[in-house]
Amino acid sequence: MVQGHSDDAETMTGAASLIRSLERAGVDTVFGIPGGAILPAYDPMFDSEQIRHVLVRHEQGAGHAAEGYALATGRVGVCMATSGPGATNLVTPIADAHMDSVPMVAVTGQVASAAIGTDAFQEADIRGITMPITKHNYLVTDPAEIPRTIAEAFHIASTGRPGPVLVDVAKDAMQMQTTFAWPDALDLPGYHPTTKPHGKQIREAARLITASRRPVLYVGGGVLRARAWTELRQLAELAGIPVVTTLTARGAFPDSHPLHLGMPGMHGTVAAVTSLQKSDLIIALGARFDDRVTGKLSSFAPGATVIHADIDPAEISKNRTADVPIVGDCKEVISELISAVQAEHAAGRQGDYAGWWSQLNQWRDRYPLGYTASEGGELAPQYVIERLGKIAGPEALYVAGVGQHQMWASQFIGYENPGTWLNSGGLGTMGFAVPAAMGAQVGKPDSTVWAIDGDGCFQMTNQELATCAIEGIPIKVAVINNASLGMVRQWQTLFYNERYSNTDLHSQRIPDFAKLAEAYGCVGLRCDKADDVDATIEKAMSVDDRPVVVDFGVHRDAMVWPMVAAGTSNDEIQIAKGMAPDWDRSDEA
Amino acid sequence: MSKHTLSVLVENKPGVLARIAALFSRRGFNIDSLAVGPTEYPSVSRMTVVVDVEDSPLEQVTKQLNKLVNVIKIVELEPSASVQRELLLLKVRTDNETRPHILQTVELFRAKVIDVATDAVTIEATGSTDKLEALLRVLEPYGIRELVQSGVVAVGRGARSITDRTLRPLERLDRTA
Repeated sequence: MVQGHSDDAETMTGAASLIRSLERAGVDTVFGIPGGAILPAYDPMFDSEQIRHVLVRHEQGAGHAAEGYALATGRVGVCMATSGPGATNLVTPIADAHMDSVPMVAVTGQVASAAIGTDAFQEADIRGITMPITKHNYLVTDPAEIPRTIAEAFHIASTGRPGPVLVDVAKDAMQMQTTFAWPDALDLPGYHPTTKPHGKQIREAARLITASRRPVLYVGGGVLRARAWTELRQLAELAGIPVVTTLTARGAFPDSHPLHLGMPGMHGTVAAVTSLQKSDLIIALGARFDDRVTGKLSSFAPGATVIHADIDPAEISKNRTADVPIVGDCKEVISELISAVQAEHAAGRQGDYAGWWSQLNQWRDRYPLGYTASEGGELAPQYVIERLGKIAGPEALYVAGVGQHQMWASQFIGYENPGTWLNSGGLGTMGFAVPAAMGAQVGKPDSTVWAIDGDGCFQMTNQELATCAIEGIPIKVAVINNASLGMVRQWQTLFYNERYSNTDLHSQRIPDFAKLAEAYGCVGLRCDKADDVDATIEKAMSVDDRPVVVDFGVHRDAMVWPMVAAGTSNDEIQIAKGMAPDWDRSDEA
Repeated sequence: MSKHTLSVLVENKPGVLARIAALFSRRGFNIDSLAVGPTEYPSVSRMTVVVDVEDSPLEQVTKQLNKLVNVIKIVELEPSASVQRELLLLKVRTDNETRPHILQTVELFRAKVIDVATDAVTIEATGSTDKLEALLRVLEPYGIRELVQSGVVAVGRGARSITDRTLRPLERLDRTA
């Protein structure tokens, strides 16, 4: 018997070959739940010394945990489920990973090959179902194909524009005897991501940068995927250009940096939104001109020339036509832009942005992010999140669900480090926070991981608290509890005449989140007074042997501002209900 | 809108046709015609897709197609620089009086009669879309009982092959070709 890894062909079951392949791919953690069709794989996994299997309570939790792991570590996250309902429960996290370009491999069991297509027990065509929401997917019925398929899946998930890859393995393929042979090279004739940018386009971009008067670096999540934050900072500082970071890019550039204007988009800062709107040059790096950033597309940044760099050629000119398209990996693109801008400077061409900065600084000074206290003295959700950020600090990881609390967490925590802000951007998946925080904590066991969740989101996936308590994954959860589906309620306030149809969750009454936490073996805390916020957070910080859930009872009429209403122009940004910035005043100077 | 003919070289693997058809549908494009078949490389299939779109959405759909891992290469074949053909099988009502006229039309269009019955003939015709439309117009008055048509297949004019550079490392069916 050969111990450890060997490239020599070795006879074993397909299931053992699958586990050996995952080990060869470098997997150290799998989030999953066994079931009939995947059962053969769980037998050899039982013996694996390399792979830790985290037994979750729902497959959706496994998928988001794999995403959290991937976002926190930069490595491929892995989840596993059985056929039929096990696999379909992975659909939401797979779609989420696809929208946010998260490297993930999902392994599912499939009914035996002879039963495929017969509507067998727990059969679902998961390869067909996930075709439009995966980067690529496979159905394996021949055990000899297992190592090559796993090798390809990890390669595809982690290179180019990252994304989820699903490998569906028929049960009989796992039961048969096969030969394990790890491929030396991959044969993917249709897969060649372009990473090196075109030199001519880079020089043209540098020329435009120094010639422009009102440039903005529009930074998207691609900069984080490419791990290009150091280069980004060098480029911004070298050129002296303002930076905006999108929801998926928060942390790619320090919030405290003077060149940073904050987040653009529907709930972005006035300075960030307006800088794009009034710019004469947008340098988009790993961003995709999403509707939540552009507002009404036809009125977005009407005077801007666009340099668009992305590793995915299909993103370029998809929504906004690019004047200078650059296909390449952001790390290489930005490195080459730095040299090209240096060459421009050496040739005596320096950008003059003094007028632009004086305008930007006015917007920034006059319209900082802020919030008002509630009339009745109830706890302000923004205050809770702001204090959490201060006390837990910039080294902690913050993982949000989707809704008001997510926007406030993006706005009121200062992100100084890449990989410290995890959330569901493109798909907007409520319930992301708890399982993703769990995955992040497994990937970063020495970091403090705070899930900032809403009471609506929390009730979608909080069963994973049991996983956290039993597996020793001490996440902390701040439930920003306004007893309602807050963002939907905000839209009802603004656009539906305050008719609150089906948004009241009564979750300050039912369930009792602190008791629920205790029932799950976590510490449960409650806080609904501003004076108690710091002490409660500090108490939560002092627990490190168990998960902690803090139920923050907050004011339910608090709203997220600024706001660009859906489908309207970014020019119509409001800083509070019915209040637009005073452009005339700021334009005088 | 304008018609565009795309030649798509794909890996000959299960599910590829579903991926491509689904992509067109998801991105909101209508396929006018689709033909799939083998190539001179056993591991590669060739799809000829005719779509009716403007240039800018065509660029987007081409880029999206290129992202599919099983898609090896996409070439747009311009009508002026390519030969495009489709196949038509047509069952036309006949009697003793009309049969000579129909046979004459078949001659004129260089088509073939491939089955004869007392009250019908079945005709096989190949050609460009325009030619087949013209044939149909002429035969329509006699009464068309059944019609079946293939998708367009197309190949570039001249000696060059779209498979040359991309597929050189793959094993060919016939090395002397």
